[in-house]
Amino acid sequence: MSVAVREPKRSSWAGGYSPFKVEYGKLMMWFFLLSDSFTFGALLISYLTTRFATMGWPDPNKVFNKYPLGGESNSPLVFVSIMTFILIISSVTMVLAVQSGKEMNKKAVMKYLLLTIIGGLLFLSCQAWEWTHLYREGAWWGRNPFPNFDGSLSSPNFTNFFFTITGFHGFHVFSGVIINIVMLIMTACNTFEKRGHYLMIEKAGLYWHFVDLVWVFVFTLFYLV
Amino acid sequence: MTDLHELESGGHTHAHAFDSRAVRKEIWRITIFLSILTIVELVLGFTMMNWPEESTKRHLVKGIILILMFWKAYYIIGFFMHLKHEIRNMIMVIGLPATLFVWFVIAFVSDGNSFKNLREKYDPYKIELSHLPMPVKEEGDKTHEIKPAQEKPTTPQQQ
Repeated sequence: MSVAVREPKRSSWAGGYSPFKVEYGKLMMWFFLLSDSFTFGALLISYLTTRFATMGWPDPNKVFNKYPLGGESNSPLVFVSIMTFILIISSVTMVLAVQSGKEMNKKAVMKYLLLTIIGGLLFLSCQAWEWTHLYREGAWWGRNPFPNFDGSLSSPNFTNFFFTITGFHGFHVFSGVIINIVMLIMTACNTFEKRGHYLMIEKAGLYWHFVDLVWVFVFTLFYLV
Repeated sequence: MTDLHELESGGHTHAHAFDSRAVRKEIWRITIFLSILTIVELVLGFTMMNWPEESTKRHLVKGIILILMFWKAYYIIGFFMHLKHEIRNMIMVIGLPATLFVWFVIAFVSDGNSFKNLREKYDPYKIELSHLPMPVKEEGDKTHEIKPAQEKPTTPQQQ
């Protein structure tokens, strides 16, 4: 007697491999970034809501118009565009580090990670300068010396949101730099060579790109429009 | 067990399962796109700088800048974060929850806008406040003791 054996079609969820074709840690990093994007989204959207609900708002071109060693010159958008390009370039070096990791090229990984860390530190220094400058101008949480577009009395909401959101973003950059330094040390100690893959760099890279992504929004919403 | 190793890494450990030159080419292509978009944003920002606030053309340019912002976000998420090259299920798992932002932005921004319209109509105090001139800070004044609403201690901050 013969029994017909039906081979059921193997489901993606039958086990044995990842249904999303990514490793567990990377999937979890994506979920973390999704939740983090809602945290930043909540901050940025509350800023937009307040701005839409307010009659008059300070002109960003009159607030952010200085750069280091620029003296009293009026140069809006100059310094922030430098900061933006620093972050874009550091994002590129991070992709290159991830790609070198896939190629198992330890030397290149270390080179690009180091460049990314330098980019992150440069960005943080720029932000520290800008905060110091604004503080000297009289801006801080609860204090807004900048009048509205039409010269009327402005509310401290402007500085509150600016310092909270750029501060939260700067904190992310700072943690990204720390993570990248840890990655650099782990690479130098051959941790990934022994493990056989550099997937950890990819996760750190996702976080770093997310920081760059948030800056795209912060840059546009605070400095440009 | 090689299977276990594959499982841990999601099957992405093969060092030569991709064309390294093509990947690098794509990275530089996206870098150039991002730089061009940023430069266009900055040019638009400089262009509209001296246009009157609340004018239609300024709102139009701001709209264009916001579209460019999402375009840049797409490049970063899709290519730098590699999401575009993941499988469809993975893209959906991240993309579908993110569509909540559509509601999030529209609901809250329109709420803020309606709040402003109501104030402009029915709140004489806010209207008066919006015409009060800001005390001008003297040039070269290094103190940071400036408080916007210091003339009346009871004045609530303008919302």
